[in-house]
Amino acid sequence: MATAPNAAAPAALDWSPRALLRRIRGGDEIAHLITLLAAASLLLITALLVYQLWIHSAEARQKFGWGFFVTSKWDPVAGDFGALTFIYGTLVTSVVALLLAVPLGVGAAIFLAELAPPKLSSYLTFVSDLLAAVPSVIYGLLGVFLLVPLMRTEIQPALKKGLGFLPFFQGPAYGIGFLTAGIVLAVMVVPFVLSVSREVLLAVPRDQREAALALGATKWESTWRVVVPAARIGIFGSVFLALARALGETMAVTMVIGNNPKIAASLFSPGYSIAAVLANEFSEATGNLYLSALIELGLVLFLLTFILNGLARLLILVTTSRGSGVLPT
Amino acid sequence: MRLLKAFAVLSALLAVAAMAIAEGAPVLLNAAGATFPFPIYSKWFDQYHQLHPGVQINYQSIGSGGGIRQLLDKTVDFGASDGPMSDDQLKQASVPILHFPTVLGAALPSYNLPGVKEELNFTPEALAGIFLGKVTKWNDPALSSANPGVKLPGDDIVVVHRSDGSGTTYIWTDYLSKVSSEWQQKVGKATSVNWPVGLGGKGNEGVSALIQQTPDSIGYIELIYAVQNHLPYGKVKNSSSVFVKADLASVSAAAAAAAKFMPDDFRVSITNPEGKAAYPIASFTWLLIPSKFSDAGKRDVVKDFLKWMMTDGQQFCEPLAYAKLPKDVVTKEMKAISQIQ
Repeated sequence: MATAPNAAAPAALDWSPRALLRRIRGGDEIAHLITLLAAASLLLITALLVYQLWIHSAEARQKFGWGFFVTSKWDPVAGDFGALTFIYGTLVTSVVALLLAVPLGVGAAIFLAELAPPKLSSYLTFVSDLLAAVPSVIYGLLGVFLLVPLMRTEIQPALKKGLGFLPFFQGPAYGIGFLTAGIVLAVMVVPFVLSVSREVLLAVPRDQREAALALGATKWESTWRVVVPAARIGIFGSVFLALARALGETMAVTMVIGNNPKIAASLFSPGYSIAAVLANEFSEATGNLYLSALIELGLVLFLLTFILNGLARLLILVTTSRGSGVLPT
Repeated sequence: MRLLKAFAVLSALLAVAAMAIAEGAPVLLNAAGATFPFPIYSKWFDQYHQLHPGVQINYQSIGSGGGIRQLLDKTVDFGASDGPMSDDQLKQASVPILHFPTVLGAALPSYNLPGVKEELNFTPEALAGIFLGKVTKWNDPALSSANPGVKLPGDDIVVVHRSDGSGTTYIWTDYLSKVSSEWQQKVGKATSVNWPVGLGGKGNEGVSALIQQTPDSIGYIELIYAVQNHLPYGKVKNSSSVFVKADLASVSAAAAAAAKFMPDDFRVSITNPEGKAAYPIASFTWLLIPSKFSDAGKRDVVKDFLKWMMTDGQQFCEPLAYAKLPKDVVTKEMKAISQIQ
């Protein structure tokens, strides 16, 4: 990361005061130091975070061991804690969110970057950036008061009728649950996908488009076959950003997921996510074991994000041929 | 020159500060804890500040669990909780902690049954059965026998509960533990429990939104929230077999009934008390005060505030829909104030 060698530095540096002063006047050394500190502090903050989560979860880690990951019981009264239902809920809602948000966000980005008139493009981008700035509790409230009734009376019955043979769309329609949480999350992360993808698409050099057009490609062919593949690493990057946001989202998910620790195939079923249970129970958690189990959940969420990001990077490494990326992520 | 100016400003500031000290040192107290009594606490602390401009009490409504933790860590001067501290927690404290009941709260069953206009009656057995997931239909005999003449539908009951840890959940599960041995064994009482059935809503507002949007649902909410938002709710059968509706009078009656058996440390549960007029699902909420203050100024302010709260301060309760403390309890608490040293 930040320790890239200073290419300009000669092998033997002159350390006399005068030379030192001259170098400092130039500003390179200072800039190097400041940016290095900025980068190092990021690493330090992350390390501190993990360290804190690690030591404060000691009691739960010792008591439950690896069983914490595969136990689905969460009983604050009996002091019996397991993370499985929460991990499941976190993954399911994030996957639903990405399945909805990525096609929508990337599609919109292609339109805005390539096809739309520039004026319309800048207006719509502004609106999308506004969406990204809306506090998540607002999304949660809209979810509870607008989406949930709509889901219960219209969308879920329709899905049940059309796709009810699939295990995902069965069971009673409460309006809240995995699917609703996934949809709210999708709306929340679309601006991230759109904004980053659009920037990346715009960064693809103009001559690549012109070359494709000159070879007789239509506008769409040049976009889909040349520009989008050239930008795909950056687009993947936007998806990571969206995934990270979806995994960690707290307030909006809590309000619409049903808060019932349960593993069910049906997306209509109420569930629970790690971030949601933390938001719900942290403030009133009495007892050291209870608190320590909640902190271990935080550690699990961190680990989950880490693993998913790693997997995604691996996927890129495998699918990307050399030198086609625009923005390395 | 600049230095001189700075010096002049500094000495002026010091003089002002010295004058303030001469008039009686300002006392700043920090407290944290329960969210349910926050409206009345902030009213009290504000009124007290107006009477004694030198005293400022900062209260953070971070939740009972957080209040107890911060008190044990000594990051606050006193705490507040909707449930009494456990023996284990009291042992962790470096000085003995005293409980002072302040106001009363209650939880009540709210429901959404389209087509049923009558106010429903709930027996303890019906409530325990519903929340255990054993009574699953609205026309179950446990419900219909307590509601003669009401045409109850045969639909599935949708149970709604609080998902966030809360004093309201503590009151509700404390009550269910008292009236149902099965509940006590399977679930127990706490600010968060492992619910056998149901959907979780965050906060009173989350629960009531779910109830209002979901036909055939039932959940529990805090009395004050229900009163302020005009939510419909049912009566509950008390230990004298009378169906009582929750309101300030019936909650105060519950406290008065329990006051006779008030232990010296005030850690008492008043759910399911005796008395014909008593509403059975109610509880005190407590201030948690250390019995020893190293700072005499803070100690005197805390003692004076407690006295004021239990006398003049009580007039602010009912406008905010909190039930007042019964007289017997106030007398007992006034005596307990002398334990603070």
